[in-house]
Amino acid sequence: MKAFAKKALVCAAAIAMTMGMATSAKAEDVTLEFQQWWGVELPDGALQEICDGFTAESGVKIELLSNPYADTKTQVAAGAATGTMADVVGLDGSWVYDFAKQEAIANLSELMTADGYDTAQLSDQIQYQGNTYMIPVVNFAYPLYVNMDILEEAGVEAIPTTWTEFLDACAKIKENTDKAAYCIPLSTEAPNGIQNQFSTWLWASGGTLMKDGKPALTDNEMLTKVVDFFKTMKDNGYLTDGVEAMKEQDMVNEFENGRLAFMVDGISHLTTIKTESPDLHFTYAPMPKEDSYEGQSGMDVANWGIGIAENCEHKAEAMKFIEYLMSPEVNAKLSQLANAFPGNNTAAPDYSANDELFLTAFEIFQNGYAINEFTGAPTAEDLMRSMNEQLILYFDGDTASVADMLTATQTAWEAAYE
Amino acid sequence: MNSKLKKTLTPYGYLLPTLILMTILLVIPIIMVIRYSLYDNVIANKNPAFVGLANYVTVLSDHDFWNAIGHTLFFVIISIIAHMLIGMTFALILNTRYLGARTKGIFRAVYALPWMFTASVIAITWRMVLDPNGVLNYILMTLHITSEKITFLASRDIALQSVTLINIWSGYPFYMISILAGLQGISPDLYEAAALDGADAIHSFTGVTIPQLKPILISLIMLDFVWTLQQFALIWMTTGGGPVNATETVSTWIYKQGFTKFQYSMASTGAVILLIVCTIIGILYVRQQRAEA
Repeated sequence: MKAFAKKALVCAAAIAMTMGMATSAKAEDVTLEFQQWWGVELPDGALQEICDGFTAESGVKIELLSNPYADTKTQVAAGAATGTMADVVGLDGSWVYDFAKQEAIANLSELMTADGYDTAQLSDQIQYQGNTYMIPVVNFAYPLYVNMDILEEAGVEAIPTTWTEFLDACAKIKENTDKAAYCIPLSTEAPNGIQNQFSTWLWASGGTLMKDGKPALTDNEMLTKVVDFFKTMKDNGYLTDGVEAMKEQDMVNEFENGRLAFMVDGISHLTTIKTESPDLHFTYAPMPKEDSYEGQSGMDVANWGIGIAENCEHKAEAMKFIEYLMSPEVNAKLSQLANAFPGNNTAAPDYSANDELFLTAFEIFQNGYAINEFTGAPTAEDLMRSMNEQLILYFDGDTASVADMLTATQTAWEAAYE
Repeated sequence: MNSKLKKTLTPYGYLLPTLILMTILLVIPIIMVIRYSLYDNVIANKNPAFVGLANYVTVLSDHDFWNAIGHTLFFVIISIIAHMLIGMTFALILNTRYLGARTKGIFRAVYALPWMFTASVIAITWRMVLDPNGVLNYILMTLHITSEKITFLASRDIALQSVTLINIWSGYPFYMISILAGLQGISPDLYEAAALDGADAIHSFTGVTIPQLKPILISLIMLDFVWTLQQFALIWMTTGGGPVNATETVSTWIYKQGFTKFQYSMASTGAVILLIVCTIIGILYVRQQRAEA
């Protein structure tokens, strides 16, 4: 009996060791696919280096699938439809509602709770029906870019701080130069001009598009003023020619080529603009406010968000990877490399190597509050597109009044919220 | 296995790899899309309900869809006519005996160039050409043809014509090369006989060239109809169907339904309608080919 017990003990130990080895081998065998657009926008090899750090720490391999933003969106949407999404996906806040509703992305609240993860350190969480589905890894602010040479040529002495001053500056630019004053890209293909170059004026003056999480476009006094403000710019020829077919990159090209005095754009483009147009004399400024508004300004932010596919077979490892990216050190490094603000409140990026203008933008950002009402909204891109179309119809005179324009947009938006 | 059975099965064995591939890549996806079109929003809804032809009623009573059909027909018909005229003209130039072999070679390469580019390259190039600050506006203003910049792709009045122009430019070389091959296959004896009968150049063209090219021309028109009907990349990358919906075609309408509204059933319904039209043209094409054979 003793011999039998000994044999059984040895067998049990052998099985336990084998199981243990199998378990440790299993972690090393796991490879997570990470689909995102970040790798394309970061310096060459930077994201791979960060992911290699996770592999060294955990043994889990990360396979990067990096493509430009638009391609990533199409591929993630196709993956969501067919259940073949990459394990970990880069997300934009405007996609979250639809993918969460489709149950294509995993409930991170459950995974964070299971891991005992402290969510207090996160700057934000994008939720659907009370559960988190996306965590913003880094945030990009959208300040006002100002071409100082055009202002000087036009005889504009100071950067405008109110709408009246801005329109005065536009008038001088039109009169004294052959440059455009402002640009709102309104291409139907990528209608995010409504978010970044239009709504940003509303948010800067304390306005909102939503009330209690629902569209509130009609009888919205500040929004009505913003639409009229844009109509004035359009009618007076202050906007770049052909905005109806322009994409954000076209606007950046116009600015880089010194043909545009003001633009609202993400600070992620700072390095590109500095590299491609080293002689361009420009600065960042806070968004001009509506003349009577004296409160704090909201600043449009976009983010590199992250989520886990519902079809991921290694959700626990995927969550560990997210926790790694959100750890103060890694998050700080990623923020510094991306010219962005950290998604972890405790991260302290060393921006000393970043451009001086970045620090200016950081200061502007800190003086206001971050806002983006399209984040987490249903079919957010389609909401932007319907407002885009209504704005063009109003520009062209097909819609009689701002009230009619906003009523038509409200009707289209309400359909998405049903 | 007896030799008779083996002899009967052998051809099917050769066909099997192709049949398997066609089933996976063609038949199954088509069946899936048709099935999706009969359900209340699939994919986005985990438990879709069967709704029969309700989606077809919704799509066919949607003003925007009919608007897209109108634009598609304009885009397709004008493209085909222009492709034919330009392709024929350039093919005749390249087939003439008045040009030397080297000159013909250079022209052939230059004329065929648009066909070598991918849709994205064509879209980017033409966006730069048609930009208000682009090459075409510069030329027009320098020659005092216009005093103001023309917003070719941004104006709702001319955006569809501009996109059609881009498609014409990108598609005529296919006609040119095919017609040129047909012209080179026409026996010179026919032209000599026509000349002896007193036919001038125009009569030779209408009495000899066109009848001899007829099978090729019909095939070209049918193939071009189907290809142009499905054109998506060029329109999406130049205007995205806008401004507003000035250049919306059936293909961009389907894309928006699927990828921005997440209405996959509606997108599938639109795709099935497009499939039916293409199938009808395909059947006509096959019949025409058989008749010629």
